[in-house]
Amino acid sequence: MKIDKYFIFYMGLALMLASCGEQKNSSNGALSSSAAEKVYVAPGEQDEYYAFLSGGYSGNLTVYGLPSGRMFKEIPVFSQFPTSGYGYSEETVPMLNTSHGFVPWDDLHHPDISQTNGELDGRWIFVNGNNTPRIARVDLSTFETAEIIEVPNSAGNHSSSFITENTEYVVAGTRFAVPVPQRDMPINEYKGNFKGALTFISVDPEHGHMAIKFQLLMPGFNYDLSHPGRGKSHGWFFFTTYNTEEANSLLEVNASQNDKDFIAAINWKKIEEYVNNGGGTKIPAKYAHNVYDEHSHTGTSTLKEEVLTVDPTKVPGAVYFLPTPKSPHGCDVDPTGQYIIGNGKLSADLTVHSFDKMIAAIEGEKFDGEAYGIPILKFEDVLAGQVKSGGLGPLHTEFDGKGNAYTTFFISSEVVKWQLGTWEVIDRKPTYYSVGHLMIPGGNSRKPFGKYVVAMNKITKDRYLPTGPEMEHSAQLYDISGDKMELIYDFPTHGEPHYAAGCPAELLTSNSRKIYRLDENRHPYAVTTADGSKVVRDGNEVHIYMSTIRSHFTPDNIEGIKVGDKVYFHITNHEQDFDVPHGFAILGQNSSELLVMPGQTKTSVWEPKEVGVWPFYCTDFCSALHQEMQGYVRVSPANSNVELKWSLGE
Amino acid sequence: MTCPLFLQIEVYQPNKNRSQFVIFKSKKMKKASIAMIIGPLFLLGLYIFPLWNIMLGAPQYPDPLGLNIHINGLQGVNEFDIQNIDGLNHYIGMHTLPKVEDMWEFGTFPIVIGIMAALGVSIGILGYLDKLSFKWFLGWFLLMSILGLLGMYDFNEWLIDYGTNLDSNAIMKLTNPDGSPMTYKPPLLGHVKMLNFDVTSLPSTGAWLMFVGMMLTLAAAFMGWKSTKTQ
Repeated sequence: MKIDKYFIFYMGLALMLASCGEQKNSSNGALSSSAAEKVYVAPGEQDEYYAFLSGGYSGNLTVYGLPSGRMFKEIPVFSQFPTSGYGYSEETVPMLNTSHGFVPWDDLHHPDISQTNGELDGRWIFVNGNNTPRIARVDLSTFETAEIIEVPNSAGNHSSSFITENTEYVVAGTRFAVPVPQRDMPINEYKGNFKGALTFISVDPEHGHMAIKFQLLMPGFNYDLSHPGRGKSHGWFFFTTYNTEEANSLLEVNASQNDKDFIAAINWKKIEEYVNNGGGTKIPAKYAHNVYDEHSHTGTSTLKEEVLTVDPTKVPGAVYFLPTPKSPHGCDVDPTGQYIIGNGKLSADLTVHSFDKMIAAIEGEKFDGEAYGIPILKFEDVLAGQVKSGGLGPLHTEFDGKGNAYTTFFISSEVVKWQLGTWEVIDRKPTYYSVGHLMIPGGNSRKPFGKYVVAMNKITKDRYLPTGPEMEHSAQLYDISGDKMELIYDFPTHGEPHYAAGCPAELLTSNSRKIYRLDENRHPYAVTTADGSKVVRDGNEVHIYMSTIRSHFTPDNIEGIKVGDKVYFHITNHEQDFDVPHGFAILGQNSSELLVMPGQTKTSVWEPKEVGVWPFYCTDFCSALHQEMQGYVRVSPANSNVELKWSLGE
Repeated sequence: MTCPLFLQIEVYQPNKNRSQFVIFKSKKMKKASIAMIIGPLFLLGLYIFPLWNIMLGAPQYPDPLGLNIHINGLQGVNEFDIQNIDGLNHYIGMHTLPKVEDMWEFGTFPIVIGIMAALGVSIGILGYLDKLSFKWFLGWFLLMSILGLLGMYDFNEWLIDYGTNLDSNAIMKLTNPDGSPMTYKPPLLGHVKMLNFDVTSLPSTGAWLMFVGMMLTLAAAFMGWKSTKTQ
């Protein structure tokens, strides 16, 4: 009986505890329901912001909506993309050409939206390919890659693709120092011999076309990230460095020995003037410049032969080093252009330099020695303040435009909000897990939109249903409209987003193209009239001028093709209606399908290896008769006399 | 109906002497004639603005497709609407929308409208010069009304042909619940649900301008009549 009494007592206690637990849960429930309201974008409604997240090793750029975290599109940039035929179609293969030949992949890192007067203008977004150094320009009216330029003398194109405040330049800095020009030499003779090229690529203000203006051949440090000066510091560019030790092996130890590395401050206006006055040295350098024409729907690759280089010691007053503790990663400039923030990734603190103090120190010629002829400023002379955060491993800082800064801490896995000027920490919130970079729409401009911050985490672990050893990375959304940050949403991302850029939706929505005009189609193999289809043989090359409209191909029966022929299917989509693409695939195609937008022409090559009657079909569900959108190609033996003919509806 | 203020004032005019009244009557007739000159000019709006508008909305077309019917041809509300309407209609066997050369109406209507406008203005001028009575005003209005009704009848005939004269090899041959073949005549006026489309047909700016113009001529006739009655 005694036992029973205790049992009842414990049962009662358990019930009380359980009900306490329930209360706690329900209060969490209320919290999460208010977070749900903040991220909920009802069916038929649209998001407030676009977010462009880099795909990292996917090589592509992904487009999301905020606050919903919904993914809208993957824009193929550096990687072949069978979904649309990018990098497979005859028109887009040239986009992936380099001085090393066709390179079908890259590691895409840092999107940056074009600016005018330091504010986002939403015309283009620039991204960098890290592995085979390239910069791409994506057109934000078509959301397609419009141009790719290779960066010679660079390796690990990491402190890139950041733009100046009027998009005068997109800047690409090398992460790995390499021999310039490349040559056969012992690796351990790196120190003092390798160079770090910082490349300034001019952007044509009207068409956005890129051209390498000059390459600044800096000492052989590793240039990690960079940002432009803005406002008062417009005309300067700042690069973080690591491995100022110039180690060539076991860098994780050997490149972490110096107490301070540098932020390199580059007065690009001064160098521009020097170059415009005939300064600099042209050296041979092979690099590809690939431009996609929206009217011919075709990319063209041109190989360039030389590049203009600048020795920084030849332009007095153009380059200075700002000592910055502990292998800084992110190099961020606040909206006023006054503060330059070095995120010392191996330390607990953030170092903030003052632009005004830097200018004063330069004018006072208060140098603390030099490195390879480049003056080093005194740390104390340029320091504005240090943020004693208590966190570990600061990587990247963005701004809300209200005097606050937000920094990611990789090692302590958190976002820390602090105040510019007082350097006081205001708030900190954990991330799940190990955050790399973060993004506030416009957070890297004179005019940030400080409502949300997206944290891009490197480790996902248990945040989602498990999908085996490999998982998509996790992004997290914080509401930063109040004093305290509030974690309101988790969403998976594609590839490995290293960085992101965002802007208000209305900046892009009205410019977003719905169709390509058929009457502006200048593709040499386009069929622009209903009866213009034909098949033309030229030796063993056969060109099929084919058109599509709901829901048939013209022609859909083709005979007279022979084994050994190289058959070009040039598909023109005759639709002029929003969101009616047609696809094309044929059995045995050694590439990918084509996805052809209204008014567009794309080409796929097919080399039939066996006689037979081979079907082709539309791969994009285009109408109720989509399933009937199909045709046949008769392939005869190489020596046959079957006449070339084509038809529809006979 | 419009009843200009000066028509009402007239009732309270004292009938003093005859000569005074003749001047007064002539003034009223002049005002009526001015209305008769202006009214037919509103018809000229039909050369710029559409007479009729048909909108087709569907779940897949949150921005509806639209057809503007001008007296001299058809135009899409958005640039490619005609092509897209034709593209959709071919599934159910409807013929493509007529081009200018396909229908005599697109050549004739602009001429008829031109003649009627010129005739109306001429009648107005002659009325102003006291060469014609208000009955001509009324006559013009009635002629225009008859022509308008004939135009509507003709338009409806075309709608019937467009909606019922279907290709026998149509991809989709749909039937009504009673088994009869489904037809797709757009409404002359108002809204109809047609398969997945909401079809709304309404007079457009040109028709409204014509309506205002015709009402002006009717008012002119009324004013003219009033001026003779007070006589």
